[in-house]
This record gives sequence, structure tokens and C-alpha cells, in this order.
Amino acid sequence: MTETQTPAEAVETSRPTLLEARDLRVEFSSRGRRARAVDGVNLAIGKGEIVALVGESGCGKTTLARTLLGLERPTAGEVRFDGAALDYRARALKAYRRQVQLVLQDPMGSLNPRHTVYEAVAEGPRIHGLADEREVVSTALSHAGLRPPDRFFLRHPHELSGGQRQRVVIAGALALDPKVLIADEPVASLDASVRGEILALLLRLRAELGLSALVVTHDLGLAWNIADRVAVMYLGRIVESGPVEQVLTAPRHPYTQALLSVLPESPERVVLTGEPPDPTRIPGGCRFHARCQVLASGRAAEAGVDGRCRSEPPAVLPADAVARAACHYAEVTG
Amino acid sequence: MTSLAATRRRLALSRFWADFRTHRAGLAGAVILLVAVLLALVAPLFISENVTSVVEGTGQKFAPPSLAEPFGTDESGRSILLMVWWGSRTSLLIGFLAALLSVVIGLVVGVAAGHFRGWLGGALMRVTDWFLVLPSLVTALVLAAILGGSTLTIVTAIAITTWPSTARLIRAQTLAVEARPYIERSKALGAGHWHITTRHVLPNVAPLLLASTTLEVASAIVTESTLAFLGASANKTSWGTMLRASYDFGAATNAAWWYILIPGLAILIVVMAFTLMGRALEAVLNPQLRRKA
Amino acid sequence: MSLLELDDVSVTYRIAAGEVPAVRGVSLTLDSGAALGVAGESGSGKSTLAMALLRLLPGDARVDGRILLGGEDIAAMKWGRLRAVRWAEASIVFQGAQHGLNPVRRIGDQIAEPLLVHGLAKPEGARKRVTELLEQVGLPAWRARSYPHELSGGQRQRVMIAMALACSPRLIIADEPTTALDVMVQAQVLTLIKELVAEHGISLIMISHDLSVLADVCDQLAVMYAGRVVEHGPSAQVFHDPRHPYAKALAAAFPTVGDPASRMAPKGLGGDPPDPMQLPTGCAFHPRCPVALPECASTDVELWPAGPGRVAACVHVRAKEDAS
Repeated sequence: MTETQTPAEAVETSRPTLLEARDLRVEFSSRGRRARAVDGVNLAIGKGEIVALVGESGCGKTTLARTLLGLERPTAGEVRFDGAALDYRARALKAYRRQVQLVLQDPMGSLNPRHTVYEAVAEGPRIHGLADEREVVSTALSHAGLRPPDRFFLRHPHELSGGQRQRVVIAGALALDPKVLIADEPVASLDASVRGEILALLLRLRAELGLSALVVTHDLGLAWNIADRVAVMYLGRIVESGPVEQVLTAPRHPYTQALLSVLPESPERVVLTGEPPDPTRIPGGCRFHARCQVLASGRAAEAGVDGRCRSEPPAVLPADAVARAACHYAEVTG
Repeated sequence: MTSLAATRRRLALSRFWADFRTHRAGLAGAVILLVAVLLALVAPLFISENVTSVVEGTGQKFAPPSLAEPFGTDESGRSILLMVWWGSRTSLLIGFLAALLSVVIGLVVGVAAGHFRGWLGGALMRVTDWFLVLPSLVTALVLAAILGGSTLTIVTAIAITTWPSTARLIRAQTLAVEARPYIERSKALGAGHWHITTRHVLPNVAPLLLASTTLEVASAIVTESTLAFLGASANKTSWGTMLRASYDFGAATNAAWWYILIPGLAILIVVMAFTLMGRALEAVLNPQLRRKA
Repeated sequence: MSLLELDDVSVTYRIAAGEVPAVRGVSLTLDSGAALGVAGESGSGKSTLAMALLRLLPGDARVDGRILLGGEDIAAMKWGRLRAVRWAEASIVFQGAQHGLNPVRRIGDQIAEPLLVHGLAKPEGARKRVTELLEQVGLPAWRARSYPHELSGGQRQRVMIAMALACSPRLIIADEPTTALDVMVQAQVLTLIKELVAEHGISLIMISHDLSVLADVCDQLAVMYAGRVVEHGPSAQVFHDPRHPYAKALAAAFPTVGDPASRMAPKGLGGDPPDPMQLPTGCAFHPRCPVALPECASTDVELWPAGPGRVAACVHVRAKEDAS
């Protein structure tokens, strides 16, 4: 079951786009007010690419993931898969489910406690009426690292360890032979020693099956561990994106810098103050300006952009593989 | 695969039985019920509807309990024992049918109201609430009066006035189940409404439903008796109509206490048995009460 | 004298199926003003150990060995004394900040409650103390009038810390205090805890599965596996140069961003934590151990010296020390 030996792979820079969000907006009404959970997002996931979507709770990353899955309908903009806009009619949506699959954070909650492992993995194939159900389930379980698969068939979720449960959830997704996995905090509720194993599994699935993945997380270490590209989200918008090596070692957006600075190992901390972000009250100008340490320290004023920070929203970042930051200060200072 | 799944099911059943056995009162209720239902079922082998016929009443009027007539006779000289025995068929039948109908309506409305969050769920809940605040006894009386007296009418009248509480219970449980992440996972796998409600919601509400049905039968039997006593009956001998007759023919003034007591006791014992069993089932099957371990 | 002393402490749960050894012979000491981190994954016994310190375990748990708090045996304390100790000398902060607060009472009243109950302050004094405490944890005084639902997760965790501080305890036990929090909020809470230890001389026992967080806050680190301490020493050394293979795996689980060695190479351990009812023979870690020797299945490992002020329970450590 040890998968930690997966060799580091060379990161390709340009891959054909598979799943894409274009000018995506998703709004909810929350306590009588409009919450702009996703507020103009461009994001692309290439074939065989692992993209990490990083942000704090309430930044809209889970809503974005659900919209990409077609579980939520966008208020504006579109989700595109394989070059075509997502069709929200029942039949088309059901077909789409075989292409893009979901892995949730809490593997205990994601499995019906009354169902056996076999039933849990067979759920997808049954819904879609796939042939050779038993074969499909066996293969999916083996791919997810549960071998020999028939030893797990009749177990119930409560008889498994946390890591095994998450493998069952992943197997359930793999049973539909999808092209993309969307994983929402896939290791956040797992034990530390199991964490690496599940991440290694995602890397191995990419190597063996060519699976793309969007990993939604608040954990920058996870992005460093497995992602090719990273997109940092703040209050409904992607504020910085690009190859992991560039964004995480030389962050340009002050928010990314702050997130990296509070990691235990980092030398100097920038702890952001101010109100926690609220999607029903998105500030004017740059949405980060009220908490921005660069603006607060006066460096933005030195660069002569402080007025723009307060009044002019930075442009929405395009969905390409180049490192970009939605920040007036970063633009001016390079 | 299937044989192993069957083994699992058998194991679950034996676990349920082991749990249920620890509830003494529930066990006693189950035994009483079993006896009552068996007696009602085998009644035609020994007696016939004739025991309720006034013409066939051969004994003395208002005869007190004796060796020949252990529970005495009524105003026409019919045996109370045989009438109670025969009447149990109507009482139990109406009880079971009314409970079943009420639970089916409650289940469908409850699951639909919990599953469809939009206007449909809202509308269903409004209707449920409307039925819930109707004075049920009056409504049942009016319904029985309008539709005329037959077993089916009484069953319908009882069911229509009792389903809303089941619907509320089922809706609450449906909402709880649908909030679980495995429903989200199921949706992402492509599951439609039918799959989610039958594969995930139903198995989760079923135990609750079983317990509530049992309690529902008890209350249906009481309602049937009440309706009969108030004059809305299926025109067949039941425990309720016997009570009504004892009142009509002045059993109290004739000091014929057995005429009132025996049907009353029959109702009490059966209803008690259902309630005991229902409570025990609830304790064994309700995940909230159980998941302490 | 050390503030807290654990001498060969074991905790066993008695359940229908038999006895479950959750903690197996743990000896630790904590000096006044020191911070000790206890690391391990679920089932390692770390939370059970924390509960045992204040006798908060359920009735089906049996505690063996001795726990001395300020030289006083916890097991021998009368109920009244224990209650006083729980508030005034040692208090515990649990991970579920959401559930530790009463939703229908104002924050200020909840913080003031222990002060009033123990007669440590009059209502007027208690109000002043609440303001002081809120300030200490970085919340404005007007927050005393708020209800828990009006606060964010991080703010609630701060309130929990303020409650723990209310009676000026000498020891705080923090069980996964930042687990459910966002990175930024986690940083704020950790900074706060560090300040409290440094500025107020409060001793700290912090429990987490994240070695990097513990290394950041604590001076000493103890790593637990299957109910035993498998490595113990100064935290920087344990984190950067772990001797026990399990400690190594934990240290590598959370990578350092920018470290090329962990790029595209997440590190984990095969297998799963052992079932406490069926612990492996010999070293309990041997079935998952990447460097296990045949003898590990039978040798009873104990904590051997692994450098100055360090111990580790691994045959490789003993071999190395024997050689040198």
C-alpha cells in the first residue's frame, strides 16, 4: 500500500484544457442579502493536470467546485468541459457525471453507514447502468489501493480506518472512469501519517490513468506536495494563479504572501487583521484592500497605487498557465 | 454476493432481536398482539357472524357472567365473549388499515416535502400544517357522516386526520439524512430523485416508520371506538359499536357492568400492547437513541 | 520542582468486548512555565492522556500510575479539591470551540461564571476581569455582550482560551486548539498561546497531530504511538532530526513549502494505526515501519537515550547508542 515512492514528475507547462470556468459568477441570497460567493472566476484544468484551489473558508472555493461539478448553477458565465458549455438538462448532466467526479472532505460522512464498501463503490455504476458491475468495482478498488478488492466488499464504513474510507470514496468516483476528479479538502480530516498516502494516490492516478484533478484546500503544503498549478482565491475571486513553484516560492499578491508567512516554518509572520471576509459585503476597489498589509504599511502609497487600490478593482485574471496576480502594486513593481 | 448479503441481513435481524428481547414490556406487548391477531384470524373456524345477530341471541337478556356465559350477555341475549371475539376482527382490521393508509400518505408527503426544497416542499408543508390544525375528531365524524358508514369510510376518515403527524416526523428525518455528505456524493455520481429517496432516505426513515406505524395502529383503534361510540360506525360489530350499544340500551342502569367493561378492557389491552411494542421498537431502531455506543 | 509529573501512567477502558489499553506506561514531567507538545494520530492515546490529567475520563476508564500536579496526587484528591484544581490550577481547551459555549448566554457571563461560582470575585470585579481577559485574547471589551453565534470560529476559540484563563491557572491543556480553524486564524490563535506562555509564565500542554505546529509553540515534544511515548526531546531536534521512524513520518507529513525534496513527493506511512485491542507484538509500530528488523516483532522496545535530553523507543536508536 505504500505509494510514497512515486517519482517527482516534470511539470509540463501547457496542456489542452479539459474543464474550464469562464467569467463564472454564483450568487446566493443569504439572510436577505445577496452573497456573491463566486464573483468572476476564470479557471482552467488541463488534461492530466493537478490544480490546487487555495483559500480560507468563506472565500467561495467550495461553491466554485460545486459549480464546476454542475451541482450548482452559475448566475452568469459558464462551465465548459472538453470545449463545450455545460448543458444543465437532466440527461446531459447525468452524462457529465461520468466525466467529472467528486471526493469530499469527510470520508465517514460521504459513505452511507448502512451500505457496504461494495454497494458504495457500485452506486455510480448502478445509476449509470454499467455492465460488469463486479469487475468495475474490483478494478476501482484496486486502483484506489484497496487490494485484494474482494476482501473489502462486505465491510461497512465503520469497520475501516479513515484512510481506507477515503480510498473507498475515491474508488466510488473512479468506478465511473472519469477524466477529472474534484477533491474538496481530501485529506483535511485524515491522520497525518495517512495524508501523504492519499495524496500519493492522486499523483499515481494521474500517472496511471491520466486523471486531472482540482484539489480544493486551505493547505498550501498540500499544493506544494502534488499540484502543478495553484490558484489562490479571496472573496469570490482568484487573486493569484500560476505554476506552484513560482506562486509559492515567489508570491506576488499580498494575500498569498500573508498565507505563506503564517506557515509554521516561515521566518516572518504577517497576520492579517480586520473583519473576516464576508461575501455579502465585498469592498469596493481591490477587494483585499481593507486587510492589505502592503497598503497598510504605506508601500502602496510609495508606489503611487494606493488610490487605485481603494477605488479601482483589479482586472479578472485570465485562465492561463502563466503566473499572474490581481494586484495594482504587483503590477507596478513587477 | 447475494448469499453473503443475505447472511449480513440475517445477522442484522438477529442483532435486532437480541436488542428487542431486552425490552421486557415490548416483548409482552408483542406476545399479546400475536395472540390477539391469531385469535381474530382463526375466529371464523369456530364461530360466525351469527354471534352478532339479534335473531340468534338465545340466552337471557343481561345475564351476568356465569360458567355458561363467562362474560355475560347483552340486551338481546347475545354472548359478550363471542361478540368481543368477533368484534376484534373489525377493530383490528380498521386499526391496521387506517394506520397503513395514514403512514403511506405521511411517508410520501413527508419524503417529498423533505426532498424537494423549493415551492413543492413548501406547498406540501402548508397542506400538512392545515390538516394538522383541523380538529381531527370532528373532521372524522363529518367525513364518516358524508361518506356513509362502511369499513372503508371509517379507515379513510381516520387516515385523513392522522397522517400529518407522520408526515412531519418523516420530513424531519428526511431533512437530516439529506444534509449528510453522502447525499452530495450520490448526486455527484449522477443520482436522481428516485435513487436518492429510495436508496438513501427510505432505508433511513424505515425503522422510524415501523415504530410510528405501531403506535398509529393503537391510536386508530381508539379513534374507531370513539367514532363508533359517537355513532359513526362501519355497521359491523366492533369493540366501539359494542360500547355504543351498551350505552344505548342502558347497560349502566341495568347494572350490566360486564357489557361496558369487557369491550373497554379489550380496547385497553390491545392498545396498551401496541404502545408497549411501539416504544420498544423506537428504542431499538431509532438511531438517535441508539448511537450512544 | 516540576509542576506536573506523570509516573508510569496507563489508562485502560473496560468495554463489553474486553479491556482496551489506550495509554500504556507514560512518564513525563513538565516544569513551571514550560510548554510540552504531545503529538500522535487518532487512537494514539494523546487525548485520553490529557483527560486523565484532570480526571475527566468516563467511569469505564481505569487509570494506573501516578499523576502529580504541584506535588499533589490527582487520584487522591477529594471531589471539592479536584473541582478547585480544574479551574484554578489547570484548565483545558478543547478543539470544538463551537460546542464548548452555551449558545443562549452572553460571552461575558460565561467567562465570569467560574469567578463567581468559586467566589473569586464580586460581580463588579468579575466584569472588570472579563474585560481584561478579552483584551488578553485580543477581543474588544464590547464582545462581552455578544452571543456565541455572533462570533467567528477563531473568535470563539479565543473566548474558550479566555475562559480557561479566567481563574489564572498555572497550567493550560490545549487539545487540538486550532484544528478546525483557517490558516490565518490558526496563526492568530497560536501566536496568542505563545504569548501567554512567554509573558504570563503559564505552563502549556498542547496536543496535536501536526508536528510543525507543536514544534513552533512548544519547547519539548513527545510523540505518542499506540498509547506509548516513542520519542521525547527538545522540539526543534525532534522535528528536524527525528530518531524514531514514526516521528520521522509525522515530521514529513506536513511539508515545508519551497523544500524541493517534498515537491511532487507527498510522504506518508503505509498501513493504519493499530487496533488497541490487538496490538502487534514487540514494537507496536513494526508492521508499518519502513526500517523494521526481524527482531522488532519480538523485542520489547523501551525509551533509550538518543542524544542529550532525548529518548526514543527504537532498536536502531539503541544500536546507535551502543556503538558510540
